[in-house]
Amino acid sequence: MKILEAERLSKHFGGLTAISGLNMEVEQGAILGLIGPNGAGKTTLFNLFSGALRADTGVVRFKGHDITRLKPHRIARRGLARTFQSVKIFSRMPVMDHVRLGYLFGRLDAGEKGEADREINEILEFVGLASVRDSRGGDLILANQKRLEVARALAGRPDLLLLDELMAGLTPTEIAEAMELVKKIGRRGVTIVMIEHVMKAIMSICGRIIVLDHGLKIAEGTPEEIAQDKTVIEVYLGE
Amino acid sequence: MKTRAKTYRPFIAAITLLALLVGLPGYMSSYTVILLTNILMYVVLTLSWTIFSGPTGYISLASAAFFGAGVYVSALFSSSLPLPLVAMGGGAASFILALLVGSLTLRLKGMYFTMFTFGLVELVRNSVHWWEVNITGTVGRIILAADNTAIFYSMVAIFVAVLVVSHWITHSRLGLALQAIGESEEAAAHSGVNVTKVKTVTFAVSAFFMGASGATMSMRWTYIDPTTAFNIQFSFMPVLMAIFGGTGHLYAPIAGATVFSLLEEVLTTKFPYYYMLLFGLIMLVVIRFMPHGLEGVIETWRNREKREPSEAA
Repeated sequence: MKILEAERLSKHFGGLTAISGLNMEVEQGAILGLIGPNGAGKTTLFNLFSGALRADTGVVRFKGHDITRLKPHRIARRGLARTFQSVKIFSRMPVMDHVRLGYLFGRLDAGEKGEADREINEILEFVGLASVRDSRGGDLILANQKRLEVARALAGRPDLLLLDELMAGLTPTEIAEAMELVKKIGRRGVTIVMIEHVMKAIMSICGRIIVLDHGLKIAEGTPEEIAQDKTVIEVYLGE
Repeated sequence: MKTRAKTYRPFIAAITLLALLVGLPGYMSSYTVILLTNILMYVVLTLSWTIFSGPTGYISLASAAFFGAGVYVSALFSSSLPLPLVAMGGGAASFILALLVGSLTLRLKGMYFTMFTFGLVELVRNSVHWWEVNITGTVGRIILAADNTAIFYSMVAIFVAVLVVSHWITHSRLGLALQAIGESEEAAAHSGVNVTKVKTVTFAVSAFFMGASGATMSMRWTYIDPTTAFNIQFSFMPVLMAIFGGTGHLYAPIAGATVFSLLEEVLTTKFPYYYMLLFGLIMLVVIRFMPHGLEGVIETWRNREKREPSEAA
């Protein structure tokens, strides 16, 4: 089943074409990688999916429903969560409350208080932030702030998670840990689309990869196919 | 047990304060009652301003428009309705005005929002003035004055209501959403918060109490016109008092407004010629040496008190 479908999606900023007539699909349960040079339109695509931007033309369908013109909070409540390229955590808010916010607002079936606390703690354990649950978001190191964004997104119990450069700025050890986390989320049955520049991560985690350049899809396939694709090597991977 | 006693401390303090306030007109001069009514008015304005602007960081200068709307409702209905109903009516009018204005302007951010709210006061004031000149043909209105004690009790009731509502909002899901909006509106929206609705409703709730206090206070003035009702001072004072007190705890705006209005009272009576000058100097000193207001000083002191026993042990 297709969990997410984009049809002839286009977005312009003045004279600049960010996304141009893009067609793509994401299979339920898949981990899909989205790569391409800077300015290829990757983050714009996430903004179109999550409702931060409205497409000029084309349709986005999530779980079979047209979500092209829905507001971000409505899309989030339907089960499409995201993280941000430059982390947007709440610097003065305790870690716990980030997850509580996601739990209370990100879904339509929030439970009783006891139930909420249990699930919030479970999510904090899952992403590895249980020991810093009372710290303020702004006091965490970058790797933990990125985990916190993931925790907040997971609290809404999403079916699809968009990860925008989760590994950017992390040390090799932290990247290995982040890769583990993404695999673990995938095993929970959450479909994942990830934008990433760390090729090692993309190649080992993703079942399929889509390559964007100038708002166009220039290649799609398994990691092996992408690694050997002539056009991709030319515009992105290099020799 | 100790932590439990600590959580109840604010409630005990609030009840004691309230008991003192309620009994006050019995043993105080009418000057004191009027002075306290005035202080309560500023406390209510500052607390209601803080409900919305504290967590979100949207600096609103619209308070005078909502306060003035309450004053005018009072002018229209004070002869036919009892005081509590007039206060509720003033609150309701401001609530509706804030819903309309909020849904239009809360898309604006930062300075643009502040400028618009400032403009709103002028717009409303001039509209009412135009209406009086061209439609009713009389500028200003005479209000049936109520008894000072009744006005005082009405302000106490509004104060209690705004206190309860503030406390409830801070500890509810709405408070969590407001805090998130203040830090990152985008992240809040993508976490499922209906940002526009949360902002508009909270803005309107805060306006309700401003309108109710305007409707009550107008009964003390007996004569009002657009210039006195929509005086821009009612916009600036709550902001200054919130800066002076702080916005992080419920006591902070109360302390800020109380000290600030007492200061104003002392300065205007003792130094009528230099009071603005002295006021400005004090404000400069406060911002220079107490960047987090009274709250900053009190919290530093409380943390020190908390730390000391453990260091001794």
